[in-house]
Amino acid sequence: MSEADIILKAEDICKSFGAVEVLKGISLEAREGDVISILGSSGSGKSTFLRCLNFLETPTSGTVTVHGEEIQVRDGKPLSARHIETVRSRLGMVFQEFNLWSHRTALENVMEGPVQVKGTPKPKARAAAQALLERVGLQDRMDMYPSQLSGGQQQRVAIARALAMEPDAILFDEPTSALDPELVGEVLKVMQSLAAEGRTMIVVTHEMAFARDVSSNVVFLHEGRIAERGTPEQMFTNPQTEVFQRFIANVK
Amino acid sequence: MNPFYIMVEYWPRLLDGTLMTLKLTFLGALIAALFSPGLALIRANTGPVAQAPLRLYISFMRGTPILGQLFLIYYGSGQFRPFLQEWGLWSFFRDPFNCALLAFALNSTAYQTEILRGGIMGVARGEIEAAKAIGMTRPQILRRVTFPHAYRIAWPALGNEIILLMKASALASVVTVFDIMGRTRQIFSRTFDFSIYLWAALIYLCITAIFVLLWRQGETRLSRHIGPRSTGRSILSPPEGPKP
Amino acid sequence: MFELLSYGDAGWGDEIFAGLAITMQLAIVTLPVGLLIGFVAAFASMSRHAGLRAIGFGYTTIMRGLPEILTLFVVYNGVGLLLNKLAVWWNPGGTNIEFSPFAAGVTALAMVFGAFAGEVLRGAFQSLDEGQMEAGRAIGMSPGKIFFRIRLPQVWRFALPGLGNLWINMLKDTALVSIIALDDLMRMTKVAVGVTKQPFTFYLLACLIYWVLCVLSEVVLAHMERRANRGIRRV
Repeated sequence: MSEADIILKAEDICKSFGAVEVLKGISLEAREGDVISILGSSGSGKSTFLRCLNFLETPTSGTVTVHGEEIQVRDGKPLSARHIETVRSRLGMVFQEFNLWSHRTALENVMEGPVQVKGTPKPKARAAAQALLERVGLQDRMDMYPSQLSGGQQQRVAIARALAMEPDAILFDEPTSALDPELVGEVLKVMQSLAAEGRTMIVVTHEMAFARDVSSNVVFLHEGRIAERGTPEQMFTNPQTEVFQRFIANVK
Repeated sequence: MNPFYIMVEYWPRLLDGTLMTLKLTFLGALIAALFSPGLALIRANTGPVAQAPLRLYISFMRGTPILGQLFLIYYGSGQFRPFLQEWGLWSFFRDPFNCALLAFALNSTAYQTEILRGGIMGVARGEIEAAKAIGMTRPQILRRVTFPHAYRIAWPALGNEIILLMKASALASVVTVFDIMGRTRQIFSRTFDFSIYLWAALIYLCITAIFVLLWRQGETRLSRHIGPRSTGRSILSPPEGPKP
Repeated sequence: MFELLSYGDAGWGDEIFAGLAITMQLAIVTLPVGLLIGFVAAFASMSRHAGLRAIGFGYTTIMRGLPEILTLFVVYNGVGLLLNKLAVWWNPGGTNIEFSPFAAGVTALAMVFGAFAGEVLRGAFQSLDEGQMEAGRAIGMSPGKIFFRIRLPQVWRFALPGLGNLWINMLKDTALVSIIALDDLMRMTKVAVGVTKQPFTFYLLACLIYWVLCVLSEVVLAHMERRANRGIRRV
């Protein structure tokens, strides 16, 4: 287990919104191929933590390291702001509300990152985007606008968009919470195949089946701290803390 | 006098005037369109203190008659003639066209800034976040996500503003610019034929109608990506208020 | 500089103040006339009669699409001509009727105000909550009472912001009558400029006075909007 294996590391992340302390020191390590599910009740800070990893929220203090690139934050100010965009381009993000660019087609959405951020020539980006959209099962909808796609289809485009950047790790912020129940399955299937491929994924989710069957690690957040962590077998068959026991019981 | 006779006789001058009106309107709107995006960003993204001078300027432009603004520049510059001559600016301010254009550009910039600000604030936050998450720089986000959406949202109001600007441009005639209004007054003072005013009215209405149709086409093209619209609007709904 | 603005023979203060008075008179007289035209235009546009609707549409489209200064000239020159033709026909050999610049100003400004107000009012009428009208009918209110006690207050609430804007625009529009030689604020300023040769100073002063009038109007309107919206929760 060498340091070189660690793709993403968060050290002692704290975040306060004004007087309210939402994250009280969270540390996490993701190795290559890890699929980490972050669970927790509303208000536990799980989405905030995820968004701190790619600095969509700036932590009040702590350090985020992505493949060796370190960004330290003190007093709410990152000590190397220049690197934030680099870090972001290495981490893919899939949002709860998909957030596709509504004025671009599915294909254009997937191409946008490589062309604009990485400088990939358009023909090459287009070919890669087409392949990715095929991968998520949307080859027939490449030239459609998001308004013409269902929620599940939009989310799959969003996943392809994240993959197009060839990220070191992908962050998922409640990817299925905004979907109609019958559309959830198609998105989970794609996520499962990504995990099987060996992608490094950090997933904030309410889908217990995914957490239990697909993840390599589970982390449970409660009131801004990690209350319990471990493998799915450990967590689900033998919950240690009372809060987590109550959580599983409520979710069933 | 036969109203058609007067057109046959004077149409070259009216054409001249029409071109002048179009020049004033579209140059003025264009200059405003160059400055308003940056100013709108300041309005949308900075704190109250940083914005204060800008808000003062906008309030002045909206709270005073355009005629007053025009006189302030055209006649008012005369008060500083020696100073302007020294700086080589007098030849600019001596020309009524320049003064009128400057007044209209300053005025329209203020209005366009506010309109664009509304557009910027209407852009979906999620799309901007997705652009951030993928690693785009701030200028890239503005260029690829923020402004395309902002302009589409602001499009109808911007079209309105250009129409209002064209109506205001008729005031240039007061400082001896020979636009449609200027030519009309000139022709009336020679012929005392009232029908020339009706021809002028017709010309203004035609320009407006053509512009509205073209602008609406632009809106359709910009909105290709939007699903079926829930509200319909008539092509022929002109501006919400005069621009004095 | 302040001596220039003082009252009495040396300063222009009283002339400018007199001009301001004319400006205010013009605006205050135009308002009710314009509102009346607006209601007529709105009712015409909403009428079941296709012909009336066409007239309403035609009037508002044309009056909103023409430069105000053109409308002013058409009214000033045109109505004058018309009145004279009528006077000659009525009383051949009689004296010329003067159509005063003030009357021309009020007419033109009110016609423009009325066209825009007609659209604002139409929008307001079409946004009404019919349920409240039904409630009035259910307790047996007469149509007249329903109109004045239920419909109108709601229309007022919806139309106020738009009408307020139109008022402010009209205040600024009054400056146009200076071109047809009415001694309003702008014209008196022009006169002062002609004598003192200080155009920037005086035109700046005039602009500042208009600015104050507009800002004051905005303050009053904000207050009126708050009152009109009492009891309404912003969703």
